[in-house]
Amino acid sequence: MDFFNTIGLNHYLVISAILFGLGLFAIVTRKNAIVVLMGVELILNAANINLLAFSKYNGGMEGVMFGLFVIVLAAAEAAIALAIVINIYKTFNTVDVSSIDSLKE
Amino acid sequence: MTNTTYTVIFYLFAAITVFSAAFVVFSKNVVYSAFSLLFTFFGVAALYVFLSADFIAVTQIIVYVGGILVLLLFGVMFTNKIMVTNLKTEVLNIVPGILLLITITGGLIYTFLTRADWYTTDDQLQGSVVEKIGFETMSRYVLPFEMASILLLLALIGAAFLARFDNPRKMNEK
Repeated sequence: MDFFNTIGLNHYLVISAILFGLGLFAIVTRKNAIVVLMGVELILNAANINLLAFSKYNGGMEGVMFGLFVIVLAAAEAAIALAIVINIYKTFNTVDVSSIDSLKE
Repeated sequence: MTNTTYTVIFYLFAAITVFSAAFVVFSKNVVYSAFSLLFTFFGVAALYVFLSADFIAVTQIIVYVGGILVLLLFGVMFTNKIMVTNLKTEVLNIVPGILLLITITGGLIYTFLTRADWYTTDDQLQGSVVEKIGFETMSRYVLPFEMASILLLLALIGAAFLARFDNPRKMNEK
């Protein structure tokens, strides 16, 4: 029972593993490109939890700084990905990633 | 705050994060997924506070909830017909997906808990981390900081260029 009573590094690692698995599941199984993007965001959040947890239990600042840069990159990635999805919608009139199989109209 | 209260609040936020993330993934309705993602981001921000990274938690709320989630909702609304009321997403590869989910998550948890003997120190991060982030940003991480600013500018220009409504070259071809 000691594992459940004192919060340690392992608890955060378990949460991040679950979030990573769920994000991967969304990427593999969903047809809608927006939901695939949500899966990518879940995976980025899982990685960020890991970075901050290791940073806290190591006593250093490296993980915190990396976490900050991960959030910056996630913002840029979301903006570009949404622009691409909107372009795909304008071209093919759908965002179903399994039916988009050509590079030109 | 006693240790029991701390533990209970931690498990509360952990449960909010995991269950809302599961709802994001398993919900058929895209709009429900997007709004459930809101609770996931808030739960993750609360976990960041537990990890004594308060600045990252506030950044998470501002950037993810205020920026990325609004962008995703905009994408959901924009890429569906206005008259269609059921914003459903279809599912494919459900059995391989669930197999992958169980194996990846179980394997990661098994490796994290039993095989990996992580180094931990008693000299953990304590209290607020804002001042340290200021010093680190202006000393060791100046170059990544500037590169991040350039990257954000390029992403802004690129996204605005890609998502433009009236492409003049295309208009001339027609």
